[in-house]
Amino acid sequence: MADTADMAGWACPAPLRDYQRIVLGHGGGGVLTGELIEHLFLPAFAAGSSTTRRDPTSAMADTALADTALADAAVLAVGGIRLAFTTDSYVVRPLFFPGGSIGELAVHGTVNDLACRGAVPLALSAGFILEEGLELDVLGRVAQAMGRAAAAAGVRLATGDTKVVERGLADGLYVNTSGIGLVPPGVDVRPDRAAPGDRIIVSGPIGEHGIAVLSVREGLEFGGDVHSDTAALHGLVAAMLAATVPGVHALRDPTRGGLATALCEVAAAAGAGIEFTESAVPVPPVVEAACGFLGLDPLHVACEGRLVAFVAAADADAVLAAMRAHPAGRDAVVIGSVTAEHPGVVVARTAFGGNRIVDRPLGEQLPRIC
Amino acid sequence: MCLGIPGRITEIWDDRGTRMALVDFGGVIRSVCLAYLPDATVGQYTIIHAGFALTRVDEDAARQTLAMFRELGLLDAELGAAEAEVGP
Amino acid sequence: MKYLTEFRDPELARWLLDAIAATASRRWTLMEVCGGQTHAIIRHGLDQLLADQVEFIHGPGCPVCVTPLEMIDRALAIAARPEVIFCSFGDMLRVPGSGTDLFSVKARGGDVRVVYSPLDAVHLAEAHPDRQVVFFAVGFETTAPANALAAVTARRRNLTNFSMLVSHVLVPPAMSAVATAPGNRVEAFLAAGHVCTVMGVEQYEPLVAEHRMPIVVTGFEPLDLLDGVRHAVEQLEAGRAELANAYQRAVQPEGNPAARKILAEVFTVCDRAWRGIGTIPNSGWRLADAWRDFDAEIRFDVGGLTVAESAACRSGAVLQGLIRPPDCAAFGTSCTPRRPLGATMVSAEGACAAYFQYRRLAPAGAAATPGSPGPAAGLQT
Repeated sequence: MADTADMAGWACPAPLRDYQRIVLGHGGGGVLTGELIEHLFLPAFAAGSSTTRRDPTSAMADTALADTALADAAVLAVGGIRLAFTTDSYVVRPLFFPGGSIGELAVHGTVNDLACRGAVPLALSAGFILEEGLELDVLGRVAQAMGRAAAAAGVRLATGDTKVVERGLADGLYVNTSGIGLVPPGVDVRPDRAAPGDRIIVSGPIGEHGIAVLSVREGLEFGGDVHSDTAALHGLVAAMLAATVPGVHALRDPTRGGLATALCEVAAAAGAGIEFTESAVPVPPVVEAACGFLGLDPLHVACEGRLVAFVAAADADAVLAAMRAHPAGRDAVVIGSVTAEHPGVVVARTAFGGNRIVDRPLGEQLPRIC
Repeated sequence: MCLGIPGRITEIWDDRGTRMALVDFGGVIRSVCLAYLPDATVGQYTIIHAGFALTRVDEDAARQTLAMFRELGLLDAELGAAEAEVGP
Repeated sequence: MKYLTEFRDPELARWLLDAIAATASRRWTLMEVCGGQTHAIIRHGLDQLLADQVEFIHGPGCPVCVTPLEMIDRALAIAARPEVIFCSFGDMLRVPGSGTDLFSVKARGGDVRVVYSPLDAVHLAEAHPDRQVVFFAVGFETTAPANALAAVTARRRNLTNFSMLVSHVLVPPAMSAVATAPGNRVEAFLAAGHVCTVMGVEQYEPLVAEHRMPIVVTGFEPLDLLDGVRHAVEQLEAGRAELANAYQRAVQPEGNPAARKILAEVFTVCDRAWRGIGTIPNSGWRLADAWRDFDAEIRFDVGGLTVAESAACRSGAVLQGLIRPPDCAAFGTSCTPRRPLGATMVSAEGACAAYFQYRRLAPAGAAATPGSPGPAAGLQT
């Protein structure tokens, strides 16, 4: 029977060339996004700069520019104080999902980017791109959600902008928020400060936001409650810094690309390895179930109200206690540590005693059959 | 490969001649097509692929398989104990 | 989750591992046929834990990997047409044809949509009577019933704007090709459990008899895989070659009769080219003549489109189990999931991608670069 499969004559597929146009994956927060920043934005923005960058992420904070592009927020020294500065655009579909809307995301996401530099958020801008035909009621609900979220977080929505594009040129509405925050004296939180020996703490269950959004897109329902975890984290960060200022080395909020991407980026920035115990990562059963069903890895699913902290070992207990005493960190847990071994590589220990390397997703997450 | 996930049938209906069901995958619920399991009933577990129920999970077989694995463990423990007894 | 978590119990896994270690007098070479099994083996580190007893050779069990290039090019040509809504499973979007992929077609304005179920594509055809909805019907025997019912449903609902680009592949002929390939080292197969939920197990009897190799129908959870290995090793040690079912909770001997009936009606067996391997006789399904009005190849006249593949990688040898992914010089260097040279690196289920994603650390000293997946070593605790 089947005996004509030609061993010597196997044919090989053609290579996939670099994309000549933007594809969705460029916005996925994974490898394609990183390459866009490395190969397109940084060279263009840094024209004339003499900074050499061997590795896009290891050069983080070498210059203000690299810092801007690759850390959650840039820290700028201005007149004797240090300002954290960040921007983020929100294009989520659907606009409303279980547990929140694009409005809360637009406030929390930017506040959290500031918080991950240890900054106290001060003010946000809000830029709207609206599609002709958008119902005012929808815009009103989003704006009110932003107002409520900002008030709860204690930040001002201080300035804004509105543009309208023709019907069909946008998907309802997009929001951009930029934010500034004040970095308290002595606070120095950045990815490249993570160091061998640091304990790695995750502030709570992962993946709920991504699954809540995906559920609407994929027609899933949930028997139990699945809500986006969207939340502002600067209060939690303040509590951690109250426990120790120098011991909090690095913070990251694992949004697009999930916890795996956050860990990989810090490992690359710090030039250190990361080891964690897979079973220690808090994955809610319903996230596990939805990921199994759609063929996704929970480590790649976005959170919007969680952070991962890299804390000096001597301070880990105190920081963990401070996190657990705060509502946003009630379920905080140590998942692993930073190591001098295998720099730049993140390794998970499996429940069976093996290990595997954890990588960033390539682009966006798609449900698969196989 | 074929991603196949077990879930429990919670509801069955007819959509213009196509037998459909709601299936609960550990808290995640989705509608699936039951065309290939005409006898399936509410409460049964089934394996779903690409939105279709392909087979019933044989609960007795599952129990027996797990029991057999546990027996291996008992054997293992006995062997270990025996070794310990004759050991130094 | 019921029927998942129980089969991931580390303590029971330990006992199964002990049982395998106690049985094996030497290292045996097994092929797990299905890409999902490959992923589970590597993701859970089972190959490390069994390093002394078993060498796993990863099978051609990824329908996305083996879909022939010309079929991808046909898909790209159809998807680019303005009147078409092109529906595909998510894993197919990243697979390159001759220099481009469905993501790129979408970026250039093609209406490409990811569906979870083929019935979603039928619903799109109902919702858009002014558009042509085309579903890319790939997959093994597991996926074929779902795809067949899309055609049945479309006919029942008199949809004239629905068609399917069919590139189904069949597992037993591929296993036979592996077994008869010159230089084959595979001593036993772990057969793809979910394929068997549809087709049953009897079609493997002739393979066992002809090739004198154990075939163990195996599931996808860690305990299922270990039990499959245990069955295979016991047979090999005893010098037996039998058909065994280590996935009894899901696989009935006769498979799913209702599904097999519709498959026999909608599809006809045909020769099929496997990307990287070549044409295997009687290894595919196409739409049966009575269903050709749903054939997108005819409707869009792309059947004549043929292309040659450029030679660069060794995915064919990987798919046939002749080499392991890291044995290829391109692995992890010029060939990564970002820039795949071969089909096996393209799909998340492909053997090379599985190796790349879940690759191991090299022993201390050797840098942990993408090119050094290394065997079990490094940080194992």
